[in-house]
Amino acid sequence: MNATTISSLPKPLDGQRRTPIRADLFILLLFVALVALAVVSLGIGRYPVPIARIIEIVSSTGLNATHPYTDKEWVVIEIVRLPRILGVVLCGIGLALAGAAMQGVFRNPLVGPEIAGVSAGASFGGVLAIMLGLPLAAMVGTAFGVGLLALAIAFLLAKVTNRASMLALILAGVIVGGFFSSLTGLAQYVADPQTQLPAIVYWLLGSFAGMTYPKVAILAAVTLVCGVLLMLMRWRINLLSLGEADARALGVNVDVLRWGIIALVALIVAAQVSVSGGVGFVGLVVPHLARMIVGPEHARLLPASALLGGIYLLAMDDIARSVTAQEIPIGLLTSMVGMPVFAYLFWKMQGKGWNRE
Amino acid sequence: MRAAANAVTFDSLGFGYRAGTWVLRNYSASIAKGRIFAILGPNGRGKTTLLQLLLKALTPREGAIAIEGTPAFVPQLFTVSFPYRVLDMVLMGRARQIGLFSLPSPRDHEAAWNALERLGLADLAERNFDELSGGQRQLVIFARALASGADVLILDEPTSALDMKNQATVLKWIHDLSRNLGLTVIFSTHHPHHAHAVADDALLMLGEREYSCGPVRETLTEENLQRLYEVPLRRVSFEHRGESVSTFVPVYEGLESR
Repeated sequence: MNATTISSLPKPLDGQRRTPIRADLFILLLFVALVALAVVSLGIGRYPVPIARIIEIVSSTGLNATHPYTDKEWVVIEIVRLPRILGVVLCGIGLALAGAAMQGVFRNPLVGPEIAGVSAGASFGGVLAIMLGLPLAAMVGTAFGVGLLALAIAFLLAKVTNRASMLALILAGVIVGGFFSSLTGLAQYVADPQTQLPAIVYWLLGSFAGMTYPKVAILAAVTLVCGVLLMLMRWRINLLSLGEADARALGVNVDVLRWGIIALVALIVAAQVSVSGGVGFVGLVVPHLARMIVGPEHARLLPASALLGGIYLLAMDDIARSVTAQEIPIGLLTSMVGMPVFAYLFWKMQGKGWNRE
Repeated sequence: MRAAANAVTFDSLGFGYRAGTWVLRNYSASIAKGRIFAILGPNGRGKTTLLQLLLKALTPREGAIAIEGTPAFVPQLFTVSFPYRVLDMVLMGRARQIGLFSLPSPRDHEAAWNALERLGLADLAERNFDELSGGQRQLVIFARALASGADVLILDEPTSALDMKNQATVLKWIHDLSRNLGLTVIFSTHHPHHAHAVADDALLMLGEREYSCGPVRETLTEENLQRLYEVPLRRVSFEHRGESVSTFVPVYEGLESR
């Protein structure tokens, strides 16, 4: 071997040079698009309201509850559509953020935020509340509580196996999810077919029709706190996606970071299911769309994914409530659109020989 | 004649995965700062286990390990779950410097760029990691270790998946980083001639409690290597850095009829 070629020591560089501006620009664009779509969505529906009037109402009266209810346009915008749109956007942002984080943590682009059995638990909680005839606020609380219970059982099951590995958590999630799904089925079987069953079925299909400000407040509190924490830790998800051994060698406290992120994701999912029932495939599909544009690096992926999730779910909800005279449950729409995308991704990955280890 | 300071010292090291069994026991060695140290042993003897112990990913059952400075690990050639850009891969080496709730700072970007330029990879910075050749990937992981600001590089079979040209490149960089940046380099290998080419010292893992450790010329003897790999060897001599050096290649038995 020859004596080594010694390249001259590099001069200090401008640290940020050649950092892609495209991703930042795209994220800004998404934000503008989300705000614009939200304003337009306020005018869409059975009772159309022109955009100028929407801006006037929202900017002048705000959330002033003493406004006279005789003002029809005000009621439509402020009481019916605004809480719904806020709820939809929060759910879309939360689910897409949660999905992008989970795919990174599990090093697998085919997982969604539902993976730890939280969705199934929260669904059963909601169904139980309907059967017991509990008021709305209690129903949200029950769904949220049982969702967290499901997560706790899944964590515990995963922990009592030899190692708290990711595969163990996936299997525990399947077990817990299966258990709560069968409880939901049992509840539907014994429910009164005249009064309770339609409400249960409709709720399980997923809808934002009954959105109120108190529900939005719960959703906003959980989604914003957990969402901000996920966003702050987003660069670290890159490290987890390298795999356990490598991340550890880079000085990462793998267990704490990983379980922390999974817990945040579960909280977001439980909050979403408790206010709007089952809305599938958002957390699975949206991160893929975002990844195609800004790439897989999580510092850029998470904000893009979150905003795209808000836009996607809002567009789906606009379709759900305006295309037909009778509202289509949004959970059906997201699954119908999500399924082919999921199938396409699955097929593409088979061809590419996608490698996990 | 050794430099006074040791980068790595392990003393009466013992480890086993299951109670009652041992992978290695009573291993002691010290590695001087800035030296290149090769670890040789047959498959399953515990080379990777020893590296994991040095990285503190495993806890010794007996004995102690002391590392002066920060280690960085270069794993065997690996694939990534997501096709990150090369620059993003190298930035991940800065994990220790970047806080839990922070993004890479301009200083981290500078360290990443410096490492890329040092290894002549600046042109690949915007490329996706999974589009690179095996040799290029290995060098990107080198750059990641360099960007981390570590003083001890621990490499797990850095040449085993590479062709001869890329093996030569990797060996060249091991030599360069040690001699010109003063890094201590520890690597495991299946190729005695790679140890001959770059290492100052070598550790031969002959058995659970048996090892040979010292300067390459004293440890990589015909007798030791024959015992290590349990195959007959043939001596090959060549000129290297103006000296005559010997290494050994295996004699494949039972192939005479061809």
